[in-house]
Order: sequence, then C-alpha cells, then structure tokens
Amino acid sequence: MLTRTRTRVIGFAFLAGLLVVGLLVPSITPAQRLEVVVYSARHYGEEATFQAFTRKTGIEVKTLTGQTGELFERLKAEGDRTPADVLLTVDAGNLWNAARAGLLARTDSPELDASIPANLRDPEHRWVGLTVRARTIMYNTKKVKPAELSTYEALGDPKWKGRLCLRTSGYIYNQSLLATMIKRHGEARTEEIVRTWVANQPILINSDTKILEAIAAGQCDVGLTNHYYLARIVAKDANFPVAPFWANQATTGTHVNISGAGVTGHAKNRANAVKLLEYLASPEAQQTFADQAHEFPANPMAGASKLVTQWGRFKADDINVASAGEFQAAAVRLADRAGYK
Amino acid sequence: MTGLLAAARWARGLSAWTVAAGAIAAALLVPIAGVLSSLATPRGELWAHLWQTQLPGLILNTVLLLLGVGAGTLVLGTGLAYLVVAWRFPGRAVFDWLLILPLAIPAYVIGFAFLGLLDFSGPIQTAFRHWAGPGARLPELRSYGGVVLVMTLVFYPYVYLLARAAFREQTAATLETARALGLSGRGAFVAVTLPMARPSLVAGVSLAMMEALADFGTVATFGYRTLTEAIYRVWLGMFDRAAATQLASLLLLFAFAVLTLERGLRGRARFVQTHRRGPGVPAGTLRGWRAAIATAICTAVIAAAFVVPVAQLLVWALAEGSLALRFAGLLVNTLTLAGLAAAGVAIPALVLAYAVRLHPSPGVRLATRLAVMGYALPGSVIAVGILIPVAIVDHAVLRLADAMLGRRLGLVLTGSVGALLFAYVVRFIAVGVHTVEASLAKIPSSLDDAARSLGAGITGTLGRVHLPLMRGGVLTALVLVFVETMKEMPATLLLRPFGFDTLAVAVWEAASESLWGQAAIPALAIVGAGLLPVFVAIRLSVRAPVRRQVP
Repeated sequence: MLTRTRTRVIGFAFLAGLLVVGLLVPSITPAQRLEVVVYSARHYGEEATFQAFTRKTGIEVKTLTGQTGELFERLKAEGDRTPADVLLTVDAGNLWNAARAGLLARTDSPELDASIPANLRDPEHRWVGLTVRARTIMYNTKKVKPAELSTYEALGDPKWKGRLCLRTSGYIYNQSLLATMIKRHGEARTEEIVRTWVANQPILINSDTKILEAIAAGQCDVGLTNHYYLARIVAKDANFPVAPFWANQATTGTHVNISGAGVTGHAKNRANAVKLLEYLASPEAQQTFADQAHEFPANPMAGASKLVTQWGRFKADDINVASAGEFQAAAVRLADRAGYK
Repeated sequence: MTGLLAAARWARGLSAWTVAAGAIAAALLVPIAGVLSSLATPRGELWAHLWQTQLPGLILNTVLLLLGVGAGTLVLGTGLAYLVVAWRFPGRAVFDWLLILPLAIPAYVIGFAFLGLLDFSGPIQTAFRHWAGPGARLPELRSYGGVVLVMTLVFYPYVYLLARAAFREQTAATLETARALGLSGRGAFVAVTLPMARPSLVAGVSLAMMEALADFGTVATFGYRTLTEAIYRVWLGMFDRAAATQLASLLLLFAFAVLTLERGLRGRARFVQTHRRGPGVPAGTLRGWRAAIATAICTAVIAAAFVVPVAQLLVWALAEGSLALRFAGLLVNTLTLAGLAAAGVAIPALVLAYAVRLHPSPGVRLATRLAVMGYALPGSVIAVGILIPVAIVDHAVLRLADAMLGRRLGLVLTGSVGALLFAYVVRFIAVGVHTVEASLAKIPSSLDDAARSLGAGITGTLGRVHLPLMRGGVLTALVLVFVETMKEMPATLLLRPFGFDTLAVAVWEAASESLWGQAAIPALAIVGAGLLPVFVAIRLSVRAPVRRQVP
C-alpha cells in the first residue's frame, strides 16, 4: 500500500515535472539585431549558402522548415507579428499565390534585378527565382532513340501507348507545366493534348525518383521528371540507363520552374532580408546551389554543375514563371475534366 | 438533514464532472467548429465541378478503403490477440509484445519500404522477371489491395492491443462457466469471450478506420485516390483553402458515421465482469502442426509489418554511409513532446469517459462523440484549424498587452509548445477516450454503488475502484498516444516553436526530397524510442494484474 502510494506520487511528480519543463521551453526568442528569419519550404542544399552568408555578414540565419501550404497559413495567421523575414519556397505558383495573398512585400533592389533574368522574377518585384529546375522528357537509352522524341505535346502520340510514366496531376510541377501550356496554347488546345496523354494510359507513379527507376527497369520507356532527380541518381551510378531529352527545342523551349524567395510583408529585419536575397542571387551562392543540388543557377553568371553540364545546353521556355500561378487552378480543373488523375 | 446534505454534495460532485467534461469538449471542438464554419462560404461552382469530375469516385474509394481496413484490422488484430492470449505455442511470450511494434513505424514509411521492395523496379519483381521472363508481372502493389494490405499491417495493433487487454481482463470463472455449460474451447470463445470483448474490438477498429480516413501519405504513395487527395488538390493546387476545408467537413461526416456505427455495434447490452478479475483467459496448449501454424502466422505478420521495413531502413541508412547520431537533441524533443502529450490526452480522456459514465445524457454523449472527431481529419487540416483560433487569441491578448506596456510584443501562443500540445490532444483524444471507455464499460455499475454506499465520493470511487481495474486500458492509451505523437508530422511541422525539431520532422524533411538514406536514421530512432513505452507498459501490465480484489 505504502509502495503503491509512493509509486503514484513519484509518477505524478514526474508528469508534473515534464509539464513544467515543456511549458517553460521558450516559445519565442527575443529579437536580436543581427539575424534574419526564414520560413523555408525548401529543405535541400541551402544550408551551406546560409552558413556562408553568416560568415560574410555576421547576420545569423534562423530557419523554420515546413510545407508550403502550411507555412503560408502560419504566415497569414501570424499577421503583423510574424517573426518571419523571408519566405523561401519551391514552385513559382506558390510564390505567386503568396504574393497575391499580400504576404510578400515589394523589394526594389537593382542588384537583384541585375542578377536574375526578368522571366524568373515577379513583374511586381515581390519575389525572385533563385534556382531553376527543368521538367523534361526522360527516356530509357536502351529502348528509345532521341530522334523519336520532340515535344511534351508529342507524348500523346499513340506510339507511346503503355510506354509513358507520369506523376499524378496532383503534383505541383505537373500543374505548373500545364499552366504554362494553357498560357501558350489556350485551355481548349491544352485539354486536347492532355486527353491524348491520358489515351496513352500512362502509368502514374507518385515520385520523380521512382519514375526514373521505372524507366530504367523497363516498366515504361519515357516519362516526365525534374532534371536534378536524374542528376542525383547518375552521381551515384554513372551507368544508369536513363537520359534527359530537352523538350520543345524547336518550339517554345523546355519548361522550367524555380525555387525562390521574397521578403515578407511584416519583416522585422527587412534590410537583412534583402541582403540575404541579394547574397543568394550572387554568383558565389548560386554556384553552391548548382553544385550541391544539381539545379540550374538562376543567375547566368554562375554555371551548372559538371554533371548537368554534360547533358548539353538547351533552350528554356522564356515565359514568365509567374504564369504558373496565374493558370494553376485552371490547370487542375482541366486535368480533372480530361480524366488525368 | 444529513441525507439532504449528502444529496447536495452529490449534485455538486456530479455537476463538477459534467462541467469539466463540457469545458474540455468545448475546447476540443474549437478547431472542428472552425472546419465546419468553412461551409458558410459557398463554393457551389467548385463543388459542381468536383462532383462532375471526381467526387463520386473518391467517395466510393474512401468507403471501400474504410471497409477493407476495418475488416482487415478486425480479423488480424482479434485473431492475433486470441492466439497469444488463449493458447500456448512456441514463441508466444515474445510474440505477445513483438506484435505491438509495427505501431512505432510511420505508415508512409512502411508503405515506401514495401514499394521499394515490391515495385516493378524493386529486387523481388526484378528477380521474378529474370526467372519467369521479361513479360512476367506480379500483382500491382499500387492498387486497392496493396493499400488495404499495408494499412492493415500498420493499423492492426490498435485492435490487437485493445483486444488483448479485453481478453486478459476476462475472468477464468466466466469461461469455466461456459465450459461447464457444455461449450467447447472455441465455442466458448465465440459465445462468451468475443461478445464480452466487443466494445474493445469495435473501439480498436474505429480507431483504425479513422486513421485510414485521415491518411494522406500512404494513399498518395500508392496512388489510391481518396477524399484526402481531393482536399490537398483543392488546397494546394487551386489555392482554395476554404473549399478544401469544406471537403474536410465531408470527412467529418464519415467520421461521424464510423462513430455512430461504433456506438451501435457496442450495443445496448452491457457486458460487465461480475466476478473478480482473473489471470486472463486460461491458455490451452497448441501442439504439432497447429503450433507450427500459430508460430508461422505471428512470424509472418511481424516479418511483413516490422522486420521488412526496419531492414529496408537499415539498408538505406547503411547506404548513406554514416550512422552519425546527430539526432540526440531531436530525440530529447520528441520524447518530451510524446510524454507531455500522453499525459495531456490521458487526463481529459479520463474526464470525458468518466463523465459519460456518471451522466450518460444525450448532450454529454454527443459532445464526447464530436470532440473525438479530430482523429479522422488529416493532420495538416486540424493543425491549420488550431493555428487560426490560437493566433486570434494571441493577437487579441497581445493588443491589450501592447496597450498596457506601450511596446509591441512578439507572438506568445502561436508556435509555442502549449499550442502544439493542444493540437496533439485534439488529434489523439479519440485514442484516449476510446481506450478508456472500452475499459470502463466492463466494470459493473454495482461496484460504483457499493463504493459510494461505503462512503467514497466520486473521485474516491474513480481513484480507488475504477482506476486500479482500468490499469490496462489507461496504460494502453498512454502507450498509443506516446507512440502516435512520436510519429506525428503535419501538426508538429506547422505549430512547433523555432528550432524545436523532432525526429518525425527530420524524417519528413529528407523523405519529401526522396532522400531515403537520410530519412532512415531518424526513422529508426523513432522505432527505437517507440520500444521504450511498449516495454514499460508490458512490464507494468504483466507485473500486477490484480491489486485489489473486489468481491
């Protein structure tokens, strides 16, 4: 009886202790002058550039990682008291949406304008692209000759029936691709194209890496993925039997998307935030991005990684990436109508 | 006069419980009310579009998934619990707790490990094509069958744990009576053991079904389209969170149906133990091929649901080259949150379940049923549903504080451990309430009357009569919530304080970039840490099944 009471007391004391410790964990840290707070939905390859920025400027970079939709809601809910100075995310559509919701402030920086080409920036200067990813056709080098390939549109040719692997239409990079197609061709024509894809009974696989593996294993012969997923595999396995084909070289150019950032509307460390963006757009940081993550630098002064450079130069679609956001909802509805799951 | 005083004291006690339960339910209902309030913003045109293009199919898929996972977990969980409780066979003592372990692995990790192994490009199919020719195919894992199989393997431990506790709590006397009345061992199981365990089985199955409703990671990995897919499609693809939240309220409708079904199946009949608690259903001994089959079944389940995914994680981790444990800090954060959440869920769950017992009015029942529905919502929907009201309170309080102090303060509640804990309680209260209720239901109300007539108050009856009898149920609730919290990702990601990362966050950050090598190490740490509460619970539940014998 005595031991039982004692165990219970100890148990309760332990729980109470945990509770106190937990609630005392500081929920917010006091603002210091030399810092910049980043909400980041991108979590690969940027740590090195942040560290280099801190070494250079003495400004500490604090990040909170998260998923785009949720970070967006957190920023919105925190309103004018948000600790966030910078929103860093992937996909132009997401940046467009954040800007539309008033979460990003206009930043006039001649340095940014000079570093990043105009089609990779917000026309109203609220966000800027930092890295470029090409979403293009991937093919099995043992089963497909490059001459058989030409455009995204031509993937609807009946010769690819049962040989095509796609992500679902729920995937944001496919939504952005469709959105830019709408901008180019109009909705009716784009829907026709998507219907020809669907008629080819594509195998839907929910991972770019898995699509590349499926192409290598012969489950399908061609597919659409972002280029750097292939780069990561080839970096480990040089004999991987999949190669990129730069789509639409004779027409609009290969579809590109960005990861990018903007200064938040209620930034407490606005000057530091602008400094960070300018640094991230500088050739030095751009080179780190390119070498670490195999993405293309947005700043033409930096070069692509050695591995990616082997795949040759290509013409990128020069449409402003903001159109990905503008037509994204329409793209999703179009996919619904065309039966593209 | 004394009688009147006693009555007054009684009424006061009663209302205190009801008031506490009401307050808890109200707090838990805030995010759910937030979800429902989205219905006030009409999105008729979008709904028409969805209805014409995909909604009917998604609803059908969701119903089929619920049925499949419900049936699968019921059969597997109950069957395994029956085997290890009622029979002796080689390895039983180890299987008894090994079978709980799949719970410690996030569902989408098991799904991904299965795909890695069984996909077209995976080793098994590749070997099969080598052997049977390039045209040979195994059944596609990205299918209804594949999703149900994986979810059954991940979620059966809910049913297993609850069924196991229920079978254990049954008395030898009950079963002996059944046998004396001429029933065979199996006949007694069907006629007596199963019906008496029904509240627990139904509670476990409904938890598994709500998990299946809320799941996004697994169905997305397997390309099986359910309502959660539509929610994210509308939220992230069409940038329309209001409409997405409206779709989420459709999920609430499903959850309500599941819960109503649960109440219905639990039945009006109350199965209570009238004898003292015994050492559990007596174990017969399986011999020969029967024993071999029992061992084989348990081995197969553990191999599929635990060994294979853990081995796959190990392979990924080793391929990464470094097993560097830079996760010590994350582990501490994870364990702290899980411990706090377990306590934070158990206490209100006990209050809610107990209030229903004391005062089973329609109002109290409905409030409890609504309060537990957060479990069926995708984690990020409930997280946003919590973030918004918390931020509103935060801003309102701070406006006052600013005015008094004359300077602007940063947010206090938003992004605090407190808000995160609240999210866990909303999300996992169902686990606590269902588990505690199932345990409480087996205690006859004559015990309550006896205790009170002997002068014990309500709290005294709970502490000295009910809690000791419900030990197994409460422990099960604590373990389940602890492990669930360790795995929880979306709410943690959205509501965590700065720099307060957990293992699940580390898994997600790597996995979302397909960097499975980097994801594997924290995932293994979650599994390892998950063993801890499982062991503790087993030791406690084995050590002293009966503390106080009640006539």
